[in-house]
Amino acid sequence: MHAWLAIDSGPGFWLPSQSSTTAPAVDGVFYAVTWISAFFFVLITAALLYFVWRFRARPGHEAAPSPSHHTPLEVTWTVIPLFIVVWIFWEGFTVFVDVATPPASSYEVQLTAQKWNWLFTYPTGYTDTDLHVPPGEPIRVVGTAVDVIHSFFVPEFRVKRDIVPGRYDEAWFRADAPGRYQIYCAEYCGKDHSAMKALVIVHPSRADYEKWLADASDFIAKLPPERLAEGGEKLFSQRGCKQCHSIDGSPGTGPSFKGIWGHEQPLQGGGVAQVDENYVRQSIVDPHSQIVAGYQAVMPSFQGRLKDREITALIEYIKTLQ
Amino acid sequence: MATVEGAAAGRKVAPGDDYLTHTHGFLSWALTLDHKRIGIMYLVSILAAFLLGGVAALLVRTELIAPGPTIMGPDAYNKMFTLHGAAMVFLFIIPGIPAALGNFVLPLMLGAKDVAFPRLNLTSYWLWVIGALCAVGAVVAGGVDTGWTFYTPYSTTTNTNVIATTMGAFILGFSSIFTGLNFIVTIHKLRPVGMTWFKMPLMLWALYGTAAIQVLATPVLGITLLLLIAERALGVGIFDPALGGDPVLYQHFFWFYSHPAVYIMILPAMGVISEVIAVHSRKHIFGYRFIALSSIAIAAFGFLVWGHHMFTSGQSGMANAIFSALTFSVAIPSAIKVFNWLATLYKGNIQLNGAMLYGLMFLVTFTIGGLTGLHLGALAIDVHLHDTYFVVAHFHYVMFGGAVVAFMAGLHHWWPKMTGRMYDERLARIGAALVFVGFNATFFTQFVMGSHGMPRRYYDYTPGFAIYHQISTIASYVMAAGFFLTAYYLLHSLFRGRRAPMNPWGGNSLEWHTPSPPPHDNFAETPVAEDPYDYTRLKRDPATGGYLSTSYEGAR
Repeated sequence: MHAWLAIDSGPGFWLPSQSSTTAPAVDGVFYAVTWISAFFFVLITAALLYFVWRFRARPGHEAAPSPSHHTPLEVTWTVIPLFIVVWIFWEGFTVFVDVATPPASSYEVQLTAQKWNWLFTYPTGYTDTDLHVPPGEPIRVVGTAVDVIHSFFVPEFRVKRDIVPGRYDEAWFRADAPGRYQIYCAEYCGKDHSAMKALVIVHPSRADYEKWLADASDFIAKLPPERLAEGGEKLFSQRGCKQCHSIDGSPGTGPSFKGIWGHEQPLQGGGVAQVDENYVRQSIVDPHSQIVAGYQAVMPSFQGRLKDREITALIEYIKTLQ
Repeated sequence: MATVEGAAAGRKVAPGDDYLTHTHGFLSWALTLDHKRIGIMYLVSILAAFLLGGVAALLVRTELIAPGPTIMGPDAYNKMFTLHGAAMVFLFIIPGIPAALGNFVLPLMLGAKDVAFPRLNLTSYWLWVIGALCAVGAVVAGGVDTGWTFYTPYSTTTNTNVIATTMGAFILGFSSIFTGLNFIVTIHKLRPVGMTWFKMPLMLWALYGTAAIQVLATPVLGITLLLLIAERALGVGIFDPALGGDPVLYQHFFWFYSHPAVYIMILPAMGVISEVIAVHSRKHIFGYRFIALSSIAIAAFGFLVWGHHMFTSGQSGMANAIFSALTFSVAIPSAIKVFNWLATLYKGNIQLNGAMLYGLMFLVTFTIGGLTGLHLGALAIDVHLHDTYFVVAHFHYVMFGGAVVAFMAGLHHWWPKMTGRMYDERLARIGAALVFVGFNATFFTQFVMGSHGMPRRYYDYTPGFAIYHQISTIASYVMAAGFFLTAYYLLHSLFRGRRAPMNPWGGNSLEWHTPSPPPHDNFAETPVAEDPYDYTRLKRDPATGGYLSTSYEGAR
């Protein structure tokens, strides 16, 4: 760890609280650069104000001769800033290497970013819209995006990484203090960019985290068949369906789910489809095969991203929306 | 006629015959080959774009005055900040100083009759008009919501008018290339007797560096935008990962132009400041060679730093380290210039008029913009600050606090030369004060909220950020008031202003050695250049309120 500048502090005028183990080192560089900047700003502004006051035009005052160049002076104010910026580069670079390199033993969570939510997939295969982690362990988030570029940003951890479609991007952090921290999307991604938020939830202990994960993972599997629609409702909001499909009949990017069950839908290019179990399943795994007339083919496929029982749960949920 | 006061004896300039009155009628302007008229047409056009971009900015700020929806929905907001960015960057700041002020003063500073290729110059103007109509037409026809950076794959999948807007930017690129080409040739070929490279006014060095970037970098933007259009219209798959393309490749292409474009915007601003600070301090510019060469250094280094826009994009750690190191190299020539301008003030006779107040304002605001660039160049800090309001604030301190403030300095400095009228200095000082206070309160606040983690391009925000947004929005109204006041006294001067003498500020570059406004042919006879920063032989003439050159007339 190259962090001799590191500063431990709470939230201040400039920066939010330091809730990851790398934040103090980043803040150390930030404050060093800020103080250097403040020094030069005060120097320049003070000289400016003094000259303007001292040499202001007034009756009886005239410009006095002075050298129009002075090579030693000019070389001095070229070389001193040069040393300073080389030093700033070095501090920024070495701390960056620590911030950007996950420790080998990191606990891994998969991230899928899509308009406009975050989906975290845990080692059990369970997927959640928030990032739950155990305390005191390095966490490696490995992400990809399904539509456009998003950016995973946790200000209190000083962590940011663009999540780009077609590749895997990684970010890591270690948070020691249990708590809830805001995740933002920092790369502009359209209409609800500013609503694309989630939480990092740092559990009080490893055991507490594992209990949460076990309960959450078994949620749909453990639901009795008559309550499967509840699981569907949860998936509907967690997996991004609700961003485009309303449940109150109002128009969205995709058709509303209200009252469609059992009815016929007009399809693009003519024909109709009966909304039944097979139609819904087909629409989820291969959405572009049957576009409802008047809508665009923009829905990503969920083939392999939803288990059979989860699709069944969604079907049960849609049935309830009469 | 006041226009010939102070003219050297024997010059045949008919009273009342200047470039504004030389010919009449709409076509005499629309088809003019006179660089001065083209400069004025550019000036009027870019100021209209400035108004458009400014109104969009005020609407964006008003939407952000409180969390949640206030005056528009998220789609309208996204289109509004795109309009603001695109209009300000492509229509106003890039052509602002070179094409409007530069067109007017460059041939005059060279003692030349016109630029080397007057027809190319006129073509450049009309291409600007066509490009602007294309882009503004796209807005009228429903808008575009990609941000001015058009990042893929968002820009290839959104259903707004991306093609029309990028087509507009593509055409504007040609306009910019033509201006740059023209300036390069003009500076090479039309310098007068006695004006070697190191005797040129520093404005010309700055315009030369700018022109080199325009000619070398803009074609890359053109290619990038064509590829984007091909991607959208034909699905060629260069940027689309579903077709094997790479969206980050677009960012490399885009910033390979758009980072040098930042220097297209700031270099001519530095040229203006070199003139304004020297003339209004009545002092020879300090460290001429360091300032001149630093312009060229900035133009050259500017090509090597584009990757610093992508520190969080997943490019390799090695690329990040190299781009970070190169980025800091730009800090050095910028710092040299600031120190040299400060030294120019020393032992001067500083006139605190409108032009100089904007010149001094530049030294303060550009310094803040430059110093906060150190935060963003340092890798570890940039990861936290990237795509937050800290970047928005830094960008505006450089682009507004640098380029626009320098544009205002240049506009006030050359206004008497361009229009033949003096404006109300008292109102100019009030206007500059309003702009200074409003600007700093608007954008310094954004540094603080950005470092606290407020991301940019957000329609909505958590209530903790509300106080910063409120200060920023209210201050932006103060800044707007300053600009409306400026519009008022400048327009008023056209009708009621005192007639300007030939040399109201006592400048010694050649544009001050011809009447205000200049005659159609600029100079009655080819002038001989001398040191443009030697003001010792200019004496104030109480009769005209201007300065008379003792040596210049003696040389006749």
